[in-house]
Amino acid sequence: MATSTRPGAGRGSSGGKRPIGRVMAQVAMVMNLDKCIGCHTCSVTCKQTWTNRTGVEYVWFNNVETRPGQGYPRTYEDQEKWKGGWVRTSRGKLVPRAGGRLKKLATIFANPVMPSIYDYYEPWTYDYETLTNAPLGDDFPVSSPRSALTGKPMDISWSANWDDNLGGGPELAQQDPVVRKLEDKVKFSFEETFMFYLPRICEHCINPSCVASCPSGALYKRSEDGIVLVDQDRCRGWRMCVTGCPYKKMYFNHKTGKAEKCTFCYPRVEVGLPTVCSETCVGRLRYLGVILYDADRVGEAAAVEDEKDLYEAQLDVFLDPSDPDVQAAARRDGIPDRWVESAERSPVYALAKKFRVALPLHPEYRTMPMVWYVPPLSPVVDTLTTTGHDGEDADNLFGAIDTLRIPVEYLAELFTAGDPEPVRLVLRRLAAMRSYMRRINLGQEEDASIAEAVGMSGEDVYDMYRLLALAKYDERYVIPTAYGVDEADKGVIEEIGCSLDFEGGPGMGGMGTPGGGAPFGEASGQPVRATVEDFHTLRDRQTSDSHTDKRGRINLLNWDGNGRPSGLFPPRRRDRDTDNGGDGGGRPA
Amino acid sequence: MSDYSTIDMLLWGVVPYVVLAILISGLIWRWRYDRFGWTTRSSELYESRLLRIGSPLFHFGLLVVIVGHFIGLVIPESWTTGIGIPDTAYHITALSLGLVAGVCTLGGIALLIWRRRTTGPVFSATTRNDKLMYVVLVGAIVTGLGMTAYFAGVEVTGGHTQDYRFTVSPWFRSIWILQPDIAAMSQAHAAYQLHALVGMALFALFPFTRLIHAFTAPVGYLFRPYVVYRDRDRYSPGAGQAERAARRGW
Repeated sequence: MATSTRPGAGRGSSGGKRPIGRVMAQVAMVMNLDKCIGCHTCSVTCKQTWTNRTGVEYVWFNNVETRPGQGYPRTYEDQEKWKGGWVRTSRGKLVPRAGGRLKKLATIFANPVMPSIYDYYEPWTYDYETLTNAPLGDDFPVSSPRSALTGKPMDISWSANWDDNLGGGPELAQQDPVVRKLEDKVKFSFEETFMFYLPRICEHCINPSCVASCPSGALYKRSEDGIVLVDQDRCRGWRMCVTGCPYKKMYFNHKTGKAEKCTFCYPRVEVGLPTVCSETCVGRLRYLGVILYDADRVGEAAAVEDEKDLYEAQLDVFLDPSDPDVQAAARRDGIPDRWVESAERSPVYALAKKFRVALPLHPEYRTMPMVWYVPPLSPVVDTLTTTGHDGEDADNLFGAIDTLRIPVEYLAELFTAGDPEPVRLVLRRLAAMRSYMRRINLGQEEDASIAEAVGMSGEDVYDMYRLLALAKYDERYVIPTAYGVDEADKGVIEEIGCSLDFEGGPGMGGMGTPGGGAPFGEASGQPVRATVEDFHTLRDRQTSDSHTDKRGRINLLNWDGNGRPSGLFPPRRRDRDTDNGGDGGGRPA
Repeated sequence: MSDYSTIDMLLWGVVPYVVLAILISGLIWRWRYDRFGWTTRSSELYESRLLRIGSPLFHFGLLVVIVGHFIGLVIPESWTTGIGIPDTAYHITALSLGLVAGVCTLGGIALLIWRRRTTGPVFSATTRNDKLMYVVLVGAIVTGLGMTAYFAGVEVTGGHTQDYRFTVSPWFRSIWILQPDIAAMSQAHAAYQLHALVGMALFALFPFTRLIHAFTAPVGYLFRPYVVYRDRDRYSPGAGQAERAARRGW
């Protein structure tokens, strides 16, 4: 529970090799956008798991956007308007764009730049009762939409993915803040239109501006695995985090009055399972793994002067887990060996730093996001093939990258603060991989020059291909179990036990307190039997000599509460004597 | 026993301690059992245009009002005259500043209540608890402001009003040394007495309403590093359980 500060950022940089600062570990994610088919399975399963409650009807911890498009909430990327993330002051310091501590407190009575529910969408349900209650008439009854906020009839005009697949259309795409930045570089004539999907969750940033914005100190980054969480008991609903997060992945639960956010499914991750969005991803496009980073360099890296250097700066903060010096430093800083071993196998590290094909989303917000993306390449092969060229020939592919349907500039605005070079390199590497692997698949001679043309070895290309195309569950999700559970070894969880199995707890037959019952609330007093039938059937079974007839019983869980169905009460004594075949089953009570 | 009635004794000698007991035990109860419910329950998500005017107007007005109450009730008259502030100057400042702050507070809350009634989602999110709280809160503001306006009017027209610093203030201070000066308060103008009673009702309600958020004003934010790190909550089976059974936080 101890809160601690990040060890002093911004020590003098001294070129060359500098000592490794405090090593911290983070479970991070990479999504391969080439594989996303926009099915929203991740969104739906996430919602079912985390936000299927009142107060968060409008909340999608995971959402899938069609790009170009406005996103969810609408135009959230326009930081001139929404004031998310950090800005670098002229003196090289970082302050939240919405203002520092004093300004936050001065505006605490009404947050000046908080999106309203209508910037997300007004949640609704349907008046299903009409379907059964409507009086007989000529028209077929229809259940019309009702606002989940007021219960009044409403017109549905927007939702979290209302522009699904329409993103590239001229009406909606023009409102995309990224498109507005690029102005004429992106064309939306029908022939040139393009779109791709962008699934988004909380970025679990290394330099989280939501955490920095929280006046109560309820938001925190877990020091063991880097997951950013809200302490629901400490949150007071000041709503500054909603403004602070540039990705607008902090949500206000309007029923409880507390902030909520993507949890990175920490209860699953702690026991080594992937997040629900990853687990259920149909395209298997998500990768989870540990990144080790140098916490002492974070402040410096997030404050580099040129926004375009932020991508490289963040890569520099990541440490190579196979470097013995890093391993020693990690051990020094209390990271267990199995985490370091896991980091060595991390697909996230491989895609982000080793192969350099994953890029951060909007590094210019200076939050150092930890959910990275492999930018999409797909349409290129078909496009080339239709022009009569060999769509998988390396030279053709390389030449086509700048004329891709999805403009490199657009991707660069998303992933590299507008610098097209890193995006170009990624796309060239992905293209090289196709070309290189095709030769192998066709039984032709391996052509190492293809790999060399993009600065890789043939072996690297093959490894990258394995990871992107074949990787099985265990290779995509490399998650060590949580540590710090047991102080003695900081080691493995011996057994994933039920947390209710403490002495006297419900799992051990108790009711949670040593006295056998809590003084107040639901669990107070004697345990209540689930159903009435239990009591009678139990007595019958224990006191009768014959087999108790189970027919005619009613399951109270299915009972609608109307009438007195047979079997609700035990038969009257006289009836029962005959019911039980008269062999002495019904002993007088 | 002769200079005040039994009613006075109950109102100014017993009720304050009952209110204090409710306030303190209520706060402890809330902290121990309902930290999850300890929030502003903001409705800004539903409506922000009016809130951005009404809420700062109300809250900043209220802050000035609180400072005014503190000066008037806690600092004895002898101290202010001691440092050379003439009585008239003191009263003119107090009344005019109090009037301005009071009008801001009342205007702010009037706007907020109007917003609450007319904005559909905000109105549906209003509980009975909120409504009761609003009645008492507005009652306290109206009695206080009305009293200030009335006394200011009397003073301006050359009349003379009772100085609360010889009736209400001594009583207020005496509460804290457990020797309530009931006689002083029983001499106070009925308007002061009414305002004090509504005020006490408000304090008794405090821990059980959304007003509770005032007790966790995030002053610590000014002195904290921006990014907060926390270790994973450790759970050791069988060992020291929390007083309250650990609940899920959502």
